[in-house]
Amino acid sequence: MSMRTPLGKVLGRGSAGDGVAHWWVQRVTAIALIPLTLWFVASLLDKPLQSWEAMHGWLAHPWVAVFTILLAMTLAWHSWLGVQVVIEDYAHGKSLKTVLLVLSTFLHFAAAVAAVFAVLILALSKGAVS
Amino acid sequence: MSQRPLSPHLGVYKFTYTMTLSFLHRMTGVANSVGFLAFAWWLMALASGPDAYAAAMRCLSSPLAKLLLVGFTFSFVYHFCNGIRHLVWDTGIGLERVHARRSGAVVIALALALTVVLVWLGCAALEAPPASAP
Repeated sequence: MSMRTPLGKVLGRGSAGDGVAHWWVQRVTAIALIPLTLWFVASLLDKPLQSWEAMHGWLAHPWVAVFTILLAMTLAWHSWLGVQVVIEDYAHGKSLKTVLLVLSTFLHFAAAVAAVFAVLILALSKGAVS
Repeated sequence: MSQRPLSPHLGVYKFTYTMTLSFLHRMTGVANSVGFLAFAWWLMALASGPDAYAAAMRCLSSPLAKLLLVGFTFSFVYHFCNGIRHLVWDTGIGLERVHARRSGAVVIALALALTVVLVWLGCAALEAPPASAP
């Protein structure tokens, strides 16, 4: 049994070679998320989470803002790739699959932009607000 | 097209415990994606000002939200630990059946223990009195 599609046979080309990129980015973002999530969770645990002033002051610190933005973007990327694989494996039917993939893409990009924008507001408004 | 192998075909495999762990990795991954949306929502609430943040924190302190937070803590910790297990596998180490089973047991034990510790520490951080305004 050939693993190649009829179209692939007719075209006579090899793989585009970018299938492995998905796998690689999933791993690279996973490795980046180990220190980023450890740092963020450990930092949150000794903060008074109910205090807006304290949380604002912490997130407004330049390095905290930078690493929180990195965390949000890496999380979004890793999550987007992971959810994509789950949808591709379990959503049957081309239209359902396409709708879910597009929906997941919209949600991930929207959440990533919201998170980055929120951190920027917090960091840049520090002087003005508190 | 119909001749090509499909993956994964859950119905045709004999049930094994490592398979459950693998499936749990995907399920916790999806749960963590929802957690990521919540993280963005929380940051937006923080950026929207003290009133919006207080409302968000009230929302997070409802019994249902607390239950979800405990579940999310396990989901995050499990995916974190099992993700490291997967990364080790990617180097070709630990793929023997006996090793995969043993590392699976370690991941489950570690995830449960870390969940308890994090929920305990998280409760303390949530109940800390708000710092008085300067």
